[in-house]
Amino acid sequence: MNWRGHLLRACEVAGLPIFEPFIRLAAGEDKKEQFAGIAKFVLLPIVAIALFIGMWAAAARTVVTDSAKLPSPAATWSAGRQLIAMHFEQKAADRQAKQDKLGEAVQLMAEAKAYEQASLKVSGEKRKSLAATAVSLKQRAVAAVNFEASSAPTFIDQIWTSVGTVFFGFMLATIVAVPLGVLCGMSPWFNAALTPFIQIFKPVSPLAWLPLAFIVIMWYYAGYSAGETYFSKAFLISATTVCLCSLWPTLVNTTLGVASVDKDFINVADVLRLSPTQRLWKIILPASLPLMFAGMRISLGVGWMVLIAADMLAQNPGLGKFVWDEFQNGSELTYARIAFSVIVIGMIGLVLDRIMILLRNLVSFGNPAPA
Amino acid sequence: MRQISSAVPKPQHTRRAPAWLATTGVLLLLAGCSTGDITLADLEAAAEKIDISKIEIDETGDTPNALLNLEKSQVKFGFIKLTDCAPLVIAKELGYFGDEGLNVTLESQANWKILLDNVINGQLDGAHMLAGQPIGATIGIGTKSPIVTAYSLDYNGNAITVSNEVWAKMQENDPELNSPTPKHPISADSLKPIVKEYLADNGEPFPMGMVFPVSTHNYEIRYWLAASGIHPGMYTASDLNGFKDAEVQLSTVPPPQMPQNLEAGIVQGYCVGEPWNQKAVVAGIGVPVVTNYDIWKNNPEKVFGVTKEWAETNKNTHLAVIKALIRAGKWLDATDDSGKLINRQQAAKILSNKDYVGAEEDVIDNSMTGTFVFQKTDVREMPDFNVFFKHEASYPHYSDCVWFLTQMRRWGQITEPKPAQWYDEIAKEVYKPEIYRQAAEMLISEGKLDPSEIPAPDYDGYRPATSEFIDGKTYDGRDPVAYINSFEIGNKEQL
Repeated sequence: MNWRGHLLRACEVAGLPIFEPFIRLAAGEDKKEQFAGIAKFVLLPIVAIALFIGMWAAAARTVVTDSAKLPSPAATWSAGRQLIAMHFEQKAADRQAKQDKLGEAVQLMAEAKAYEQASLKVSGEKRKSLAATAVSLKQRAVAAVNFEASSAPTFIDQIWTSVGTVFFGFMLATIVAVPLGVLCGMSPWFNAALTPFIQIFKPVSPLAWLPLAFIVIMWYYAGYSAGETYFSKAFLISATTVCLCSLWPTLVNTTLGVASVDKDFINVADVLRLSPTQRLWKIILPASLPLMFAGMRISLGVGWMVLIAADMLAQNPGLGKFVWDEFQNGSELTYARIAFSVIVIGMIGLVLDRIMILLRNLVSFGNPAPA
Repeated sequence: MRQISSAVPKPQHTRRAPAWLATTGVLLLLAGCSTGDITLADLEAAAEKIDISKIEIDETGDTPNALLNLEKSQVKFGFIKLTDCAPLVIAKELGYFGDEGLNVTLESQANWKILLDNVINGQLDGAHMLAGQPIGATIGIGTKSPIVTAYSLDYNGNAITVSNEVWAKMQENDPELNSPTPKHPISADSLKPIVKEYLADNGEPFPMGMVFPVSTHNYEIRYWLAASGIHPGMYTASDLNGFKDAEVQLSTVPPPQMPQNLEAGIVQGYCVGEPWNQKAVVAGIGVPVVTNYDIWKNNPEKVFGVTKEWAETNKNTHLAVIKALIRAGKWLDATDDSGKLINRQQAAKILSNKDYVGAEEDVIDNSMTGTFVFQKTDVREMPDFNVFFKHEASYPHYSDCVWFLTQMRRWGQITEPKPAQWYDEIAKEVYKPEIYRQAAEMLISEGKLDPSEIPAPDYDGYRPATSEFIDGKTYDGRDPVAYINSFEIGNKEQL
């Protein structure tokens, strides 16, 4: 294969057909066809987005209540830029504060030493008072050196918290769901036993799970105070909720994938007289990977949706809390900031989805699908 | 010596004074040699490099006070987006917490229930709480878990707002209200026919909002309604919503959602703290009719609450927090010679930060700077609308606790009759003026507080009997049973 083939293959596996016409064009293929492709994958979406923004701008002028109004695209954009700028200002201020405190600590320490030396030159009450001052200066030096900036998390911090939480919850869900799914797929008896649970718990909303997840975490962490544990409670509550909700698509798809392995493959395994372990690792798992990954992709999408709701409800750090806090602020900027976070949440969801498509296509043995 | 751990960022620029230049060099050294943690030895080695001969020794001993031996220096407090969280925010932003060696994170909470749960389960070290919350949690209204308070955050600060439509009807019922500056205080008399009519027309009680079952707002709006003969409903062992016999149904709405709920018509009026009444005025969706200052002059409102267990294991940290809060309260209530509050505008600006209250400075300062806007035409001087420190507002008076207990009993949240002595015992379990006094005395010895600013040492914690209520009843915290029996609507004690 030449470079063209490699690139086209990469586009296909990454689930990014948008670049395909450009590659073909560069390789000197039929121009007319490629321009049609560009029009379809690039120009049309741009026109659609422009149309949407136009309609949004028009709506922003009409949808106005006494206490609030729909933010315009321009207001949303400037609110977003401001949020990002605020992040960098905050971080710079925090670094500066830390730096200042460190300088202060050294200075205090030096002062403490000066007092100590001075106290050695005098005697009686004076000596005691100078020594006491030295001790209190040293205490302050230690307090200053231990300083950690305690400013509220910024928008970008919240994004990272959310992404981290969703991945952790998703990993937990995968670790639980894949082995269960394989068992279900391989044994109709096991499947029959689990089916009622899957059917009943699958449609449950995160908001219903949350208080229960809360109790479990609280029970597990009873007796520890904040900072003593590796994970914070809020993080685990969110992650558990994500896990409980994103378990099901992976479980169901894995079951389906394992159960529907091509009969021919099974026959080959029979002919080769593979042991059950070999059969599992050489035949069943590889053959069911594409469906399993398709399930995991749905799981991650569900997890991301659930996380925002869980953050909102339980006030766990993350984008959901950001949106809720802004809603509570009720200032003029509130709604523009919320609109901006809606877009950011959507974008992150898109990226997560593309990552899962890529992973799925990588294990699809030459049968990638774009979506 | 405590563990010292912190990463050293590389210095970004040189400092002004030569001493600081030296410091910066030392910091580089520290950054170079450290593996991420700075030990005391590193710090001392760094300090060696500074020329200490030029440091002036102040022999009068008037130097920074000794830090308390803190059990915990990194603490996290919760708050609700209301202007009366100001002492916490100010203590942080003005560095009063820092002066005590505390590094405080403030985290906003979605509602009072989550805030209380987070304090109880230890995610928060302490919080800005409704005065009724530590009491309710201690005696077991809702979640049961002992909470104590050693600092009262503020007095007053709430108001009752009704929708424009209800206000227009109230004006019809009482023509005197139909003026740009009607006579205050406005009682619920003109609301009574509206409530009766609503009940007759719809067959269900008139909907109003309050913020939490044990909140001051719940008791205030009930007090105001009942003073005009409107029944706000009773709590019973089986009715934990307090809807029994209700002519006005009071539902729980988190403060920041009050204006939206009013606009959507889900409630017709509400009792809430600031800035959510001013928000209704600014948005033009409702009219505040009465402030809680008019319902009871200088009524207790929010407190700083921690669990009993936390207070016992973190005694010095608790003291340090209270010291910082006292200074913040004092700063908030500082006045110039003419009695004008001098720091409130700055406080409003700080509070308007999106991570604190988040409403616009204009909305916040409407009520914080000594005036209160009832209508655009009716802006009144209300220097005592928010009291953080004066009138001994930050001292945890036992009688304030007892008042809440009397209202809890009056409305049936306390289902059994209790003897007067019980009220005193509970007050002493929840309110901890001894901690406040200890902190205040430390501040006095550091010259940051004057002895005249706290109650005299022989004060027994009961404020003098007062009849500054909208219904003119007399409240004496020493005689709670007679007070409960003086109301026309509500439980009566037969002891």
